Amino acid sequence: MKRRRILATVAMLAAGTGLVACSSDEGGSDASNCTNTITKQNVPVVTMWGWYPNTQLVVDNFNKQHDDVQVCWTNVGQGSDEYDKFQTAISAGTGAPDVIMVEADRIPTFQIQGALVDIKQYGYDAVKANYSEGAWKDVSVGDAVYGVPVDGGPMGMIYRKDIFDKYKITPPKTWAEYEQAAQKVKDAGGPLFGDLGANVPAVLMALQIQKGATPFTSDPAQPNAIGVKLNDQASKDVLDYWGGLAKKGLVGTQDQFTPEYISGVINGNYATYISAAWAPGYLTGAGVGKGQDTGKFAVAPLPQWDPANPVQVNWGGSAFSVTKQAKKPELAAKVAYGLYADKESLTDGWTNQIIFPLNLTALKDPAFADLKVAFFNGQQANKEVYLPAAEAYKGVAYAPFGQYYLDAMTKQVSEIIKGSVTGSQAADRLQEDVAKYAKEQGFTVQ
Amino acid sequence: MTSLTEKRAPRPQPEARKIRGKVHLREHLMGWLFVGPFGVVFLAFLIAPLGYALYLSLFQKKLIGGTSFVLFDNYVKAFTDPSFLSGAWFVIRFSLVSIPLQIVIALALALILDSVTTLFARFSRLMIFLPYAIPTVIGAVMWGFLYSRGFGPLTDIFGLFGATAPDFLSSDLIFYGLLNVVTWQWAGYYMIILYAALQGVDPTLYEAARMDGAGRWQIATRIKIPLIAPALILILVFSLIGTLQFFNEPQILRYLAAGTIGADFTPNMYAYQQAFSLANFNYGSAISFALGGLVFICVYAFLFFTRKRRSFL
Repeated sequence: MKRRRILATVAMLAAGTGLVACSSDEGGSDASNCTNTITKQNVPVVTMWGWYPNTQLVVDNFNKQHDDVQVCWTNVGQGSDEYDKFQTAISAGTGAPDVIMVEADRIPTFQIQGALVDIKQYGYDAVKANYSEGAWKDVSVGDAVYGVPVDGGPMGMIYRKDIFDKYKITPPKTWAEYEQAAQKVKDAGGPLFGDLGANVPAVLMALQIQKGATPFTSDPAQPNAIGVKLNDQASKDVLDYWGGLAKKGLVGTQDQFTPEYISGVINGNYATYISAAWAPGYLTGAGVGKGQDTGKFAVAPLPQWDPANPVQVNWGGSAFSVTKQAKKPELAAKVAYGLYADKESLTDGWTNQIIFPLNLTALKDPAFADLKVAFFNGQQANKEVYLPAAEAYKGVAYAPFGQYYLDAMTKQVSEIIKGSVTGSQAADRLQEDVAKYAKEQGFTVQ
Repeated sequence: MTSLTEKRAPRPQPEARKIRGKVHLREHLMGWLFVGPFGVVFLAFLIAPLGYALYLSLFQKKLIGGTSFVLFDNYVKAFTDPSFLSGAWFVIRFSLVSIPLQIVIALALALILDSVTTLFARFSRLMIFLPYAIPTVIGAVMWGFLYSRGFGPLTDIFGLFGATAPDFLSSDLIFYGLLNVVTWQWAGYYMIILYAALQGVDPTLYEAARMDGAGRWQIATRIKIPLIAPALILILVFSLIGTLQFFNEPQILRYLAAGTIGADFTPNMYAYQQAFSLANFNYGSAISFALGGLVFICVYAFLFFTRKRRSFL
């Protein structure tokens, strides 16, 4: 019902904008079909693509607060739908918006094609202190900054409290304890402890980084060179660990984000779900934690390899980037810096669990830390798990051919699940595959 | 004016030839005019894109170093690329199993429905044809749910016998999972084509056969099947081309089983991945053309071996 109402509102707004566009020809041609209504006339307009569920509100807030620039927003689809359109616009040399919402791991892919603008010269210093170092690193390539962080995905371990209580286990603090607990539940005839999904390679990448792997390294002085290290000991250990869990039947091997997996989560087939801070919002939307399952979920910090030196990692998260096709990059950068950075928008985002904000004004808001998350039965998940994880996050350098890497990883994880290779062998094959692709694409692989 | 006609009068023959030539020219023009609309569409939407794709396939675009002309390097790469080769090998294997299976089912059903003429037969004909009327995407989604072990019927059915349900979306069984979807969707369509061909057979032939003492089985194998051989070959060619270009079903089921169905599962899916998710239009075009070549070879080989029986090409 709610979604239908939103759709109706969007449709009405779209129709309304059409009328407005007909009556005024003041704006540029690109700005003629915005989803939002621009009320201020004779002001330069910056076009923007994005798909946050509350973008409408965010854009309206920005437009209300600014008299020198107005944002014209279009939702061209979520994730790869948008990337495919942007990619086509890059190839065509025309058709891209001025500002675009992208996930942090995509930035190098577009940056290397010269599609994004380094926004460091356009007011970076003024907002630098508003975000953590790790957040900036995720949107940077070398010293250049190609995006303004919006939301992140600090990881934690979501678990079913009822299952943990039934089998008398406490949340494992290390991965060794995780395996012991899994064995204990299995021996007692309990459900699977977790899931190794071939279609979520980004999780495994994060877990490898947690163990100390650095999959990709680049040196700004040598943009044609890239370090690819996918089969170091840490990467192998993590794949061997998860391959072992799967082989022993301790975790499932179901693809995630599928109806099959979600129905399993609802049925209590998985005791834990290794995921990020946006998961409660996603799971609630997918129908988890309702009816009989209300309040059965809780969250604990991600298990560690070495509890003396804990490492926090991230899965997902997005940013606003300025595209090379923007006619006024300075103005576009102003929008990128200002959108979703005001208190009102951020508060709406985190209270409705749409985003885990990276803006420190939100992160340091006591109300944010104290928020009692309904999905976790009132547990103060931000204070207990996600905030410390976000603060300790150091950032990652992503690959400029991220899509290929993730597809190749999916293939190898599938082989691990099949049992045709061990985790170590899969890591070696992945290294060979991705290094070959990098060379084909003209990189010097180190 | 009069002088002109007078002049013309003594030379009737070349004039007649001229007129005939004019008529010819006009007929030619008319012909082209009639073909025109089709010709324009044919050129604009088939020849031009094909030409452009061929042009694209001769270049190589790198993230570092930009675009360069490489002639047939992309093709050399495709035919040594394990992803393309394993995909091609999969669709060939799949064709070898799925096509005979579908044809046998379609033929058996058509023969049965041809010899039974009750109301029930008409109803069955419609029901068997129905899956073809369901869009491929919907069909694939539907089967994806039916295969689900969490909420599909398989778990319950196998549970009755105390067995665990097979996972048709796992690496080991995906071949059969897809085989089932494809057969379900297409066997009814082929059945209709064969049934229509059977309806065109002169019934006096059956009468003559019966008078000579032929049984039903003999009529079916000695008269009906040989007479509808052209229709059989037609659907064989259709299904061969369709199966080698396998795309929709695995692409949809990939949303449920990305681990089992990789991005390079079939050559068409691989071309799609290269072009649209890796922005490598050049190599994607080359794969498409390489696949086109494969299809051409397979169809040509098939037609060559059945050349005595065909009558439609």
